[in-house]
Amino acid sequence: MSVILVLIGLSVGVAIIFLASFFWAVKSGQYEDTYSPSVRMLFEERKDKEPKKGK
Amino acid sequence: MSVQEELLTSNQTVCYHCGEDLGKEQLDFDNHLFCCQGCKTVYDILKDNGLGNYYDLESSPGLKVKEVEISDRFAFLDNPKIQQKLLNYADDQLGRVIFFIPTIHCSSCIWLLENLYKLQKGIRYSRVNFMKKELSLDFDPSILSLRQLLELLTSIGYEPNISLSDDGKPKKVRKDRSLYIKIGVAGFCFGNIMMLSFPEYFGFEGTIDNHIRHFITYINLVLSLPIIFYCSSDYFISAWKSLRQAYINIDVPISLGILVLFLRSAIEVLWNVGPGYFDSLAGLLFFLLVGKWFQQKTYDSISFDRDYKSYFPLAISRMKGEEVENVPVNDLKVGDEILVRNRELIPADGILVSQEARIDYSFVTGEAEPDSKSKGDYIYAGGRQLGQTIRLIIQKEVSQSYLTSLWNSDVFVKEGEDQHQNLINRISKYFTLVVLVIAFLAATFWWIVDSRLALQVFTAVLIVACPCALALSTPFTLGSISRLFGRHRLYLKNSHVMEKLASIDSIVFDKTGTITDAKDQSIHFEGVQLDKLDKQLIQSLVSQSTHPLSRKIDGFLKQEGAKGFMVEHYIEEEGQGISGRVNGIEIRLGKLSYVALRNNSDRIYLDSRDKSTSIYVAFEKETRGRFLLSNSYRKGLKPLVDQLKNYFSLALISGDNNGEKETLASIFPPQTDLQFKQSPSDKLEYIRKLQQKGKKVLMVGDGLNDAGALKQSDVGIAVTGDIMAFSPACDAILDASRFEDLFNFIRLSLIGKRIIIASFVISFLYNIVGLMFAVSGNLSPVFAAVLMPLSSLTVVIFTSGMAKLMGSRYLKS
Repeated sequence: MSVILVLIGLSVGVAIIFLASFFWAVKSGQYEDTYSPSVRMLFEERKDKEPKKGK
Repeated sequence: MSVQEELLTSNQTVCYHCGEDLGKEQLDFDNHLFCCQGCKTVYDILKDNGLGNYYDLESSPGLKVKEVEISDRFAFLDNPKIQQKLLNYADDQLGRVIFFIPTIHCSSCIWLLENLYKLQKGIRYSRVNFMKKELSLDFDPSILSLRQLLELLTSIGYEPNISLSDDGKPKKVRKDRSLYIKIGVAGFCFGNIMMLSFPEYFGFEGTIDNHIRHFITYINLVLSLPIIFYCSSDYFISAWKSLRQAYINIDVPISLGILVLFLRSAIEVLWNVGPGYFDSLAGLLFFLLVGKWFQQKTYDSISFDRDYKSYFPLAISRMKGEEVENVPVNDLKVGDEILVRNRELIPADGILVSQEARIDYSFVTGEAEPDSKSKGDYIYAGGRQLGQTIRLIIQKEVSQSYLTSLWNSDVFVKEGEDQHQNLINRISKYFTLVVLVIAFLAATFWWIVDSRLALQVFTAVLIVACPCALALSTPFTLGSISRLFGRHRLYLKNSHVMEKLASIDSIVFDKTGTITDAKDQSIHFEGVQLDKLDKQLIQSLVSQSTHPLSRKIDGFLKQEGAKGFMVEHYIEEEGQGISGRVNGIEIRLGKLSYVALRNNSDRIYLDSRDKSTSIYVAFEKETRGRFLLSNSYRKGLKPLVDQLKNYFSLALISGDNNGEKETLASIFPPQTDLQFKQSPSDKLEYIRKLQQKGKKVLMVGDGLNDAGALKQSDVGIAVTGDIMAFSPACDAILDASRFEDLFNFIRLSLIGKRIIIASFVISFLYNIVGLMFAVSGNLSPVFAAVLMPLSSLTVVIFTSGMAKLMGSRYLKS
């Protein structure tokens, strides 16, 4: 039955990892602006100097 | 270019860059049309640098570029001290700065600002925070100076709003992240405690060893420690503060509930009598914090509305060449030249161009004696000009928040107004007492019946009666309704005004400028014929004044060309008239008694039988004649009065003579008190008398010669038309075009009050259900964990939903 203690330890451990990653997300400011990232990911990276006309 | 795009371009009627009308001087460049040189230049810069993408993301994303001379404007940024104030970090290689750029408005803005490095060497990195309209920049100071950076941003239409606060560092408004962390911690503890409590929920008692069960409850106890010591700290602190002031706020019963829940659970675990209620405790905190976060979001979006959607319908007279144009206060830019008339508020810091000014700073400093200023002096915003019209060159952007704070300044807090005395706090005082009484009674009952259950019932009552739903109802309702009002152009000073508006029983109207519409008045002059010069002289005098009648005469005389003579010794006497020396001639304008100082009765027109308002004119103490203005009443006045008369006692006070008594009597119901020839102090006195009779008075005025009455009244609404003199004495500003909706506004605030009461009833019902379970000793932890957040959620949805529904029913946009 003591295996249950191991399991409890494991599950709490995993949860702590998630909690820590949540802390990291908050600290890195991911909750401060929830709009611009959604737009930013749609921008196309254009390496060329000349703007292309038409697609 | 695709076909559609080509079609678009050929039919283009708006500027490709900024989307404004093309106007006369349209420029054709690179197959696109532009409204001005500025827009074309920006397009050119962007295209040359391969940033044409800007125009693909949104159509006409740009901002109209004002052709202002920027050569010296940012010279102050070369000063190392100022740089130090602005930069968040600086060394030889790296400068880091955050700008607030109010003009950020679409995804193209984000794209362009984040690709600045392509435009300018020396910019290393740029990031936009769209919600806060902030741009963080890393740049290389050895290549690019801060001044150049600002000039670059300004030249492409994104001028940062730089505020150098007096206390040194620019305000670093770091958003408090602790709430997120607290929610995270509470969620973590909540989830894990729930998981570990599964055996308890499903009754596996026989299947697990006792010592493992023990072990689990101890883990739960440990997991609940961060909840108590970290997540609930805000509630404890707030409750403690209010208790120290010998006063019970809503956080007191909440804290009490949390504390009792924890102590009881801890005792159960340590004495080994049961599993405790740790899951409810964690769940409660988790949902409370989520509710708080939601509330904060709502508040944020309300303050966002306040700041950016021209919270004040305040118009400013700006000089455009020699012409005067009226622009919203938000459109004022540094360097604009503006006119400030007698009794108008100075909207932004500026430098005096006129010879002299007398500024009344009583709103700001409380100092009654006006300050004298002379040409070239720096004048701070918030004062009010007394005397002739002055010209200012704006030095700082208008700060809406400053004007708002002025409006809310202590000088204008009404007597007997106590911030603590709002509905919710009055209720919470009794709430806590009632809950304690119930808890004691139930405990006594169980002590007699079954003493083991007594403590359990006592704590269960305190736990379940937690008034979180109660705490949410008022802010949500008042918030949604004041927001709705703002959208329909009734601007409330604060949400407290709404509560007061719901309790009024009498309405007093001012006449001129309030129920009359200056725009539709017909006007003519009778007396000694005025020649062109005379008219120009009079026009110069009336242009100094903001009184609706002066504005009207000004408009009438301006048709023949204004000359703008110098006016000296300008004096405006409230309710009497105006006088001044124009081009060396003393001119008086106003009431007969004010104008006719000398007895020259041969020229005096004493006939006041007709239904018009007369404004007499005297040149060098000789009466020349009078302007006759026939009043026209605002559209919708009669229907509005018909609606109001069934619910409120009405009164009208006017500074004019009783020439219009008959017309007014036909509009207003017979029992209306019509008062004429009232001076501003008479008006104030009239309101005070009504209040002494126990009436709650709403004063509707124009905010000019009835400021005292507006302040004295329980709720003072200033009706403003095209020229708007800001009057901090009022509680609300109503746009004249929505005058006819006044009744609906009052009705909505009544409904708002009812919504609050209804949501109280809902949360009480939840509490009663919970209490019944608690008192009977049947409160299971799961039940408590579900009931509490459910009640909060219901109240939030009910209040904001009802406010929206009622708003769309009574207010048509």
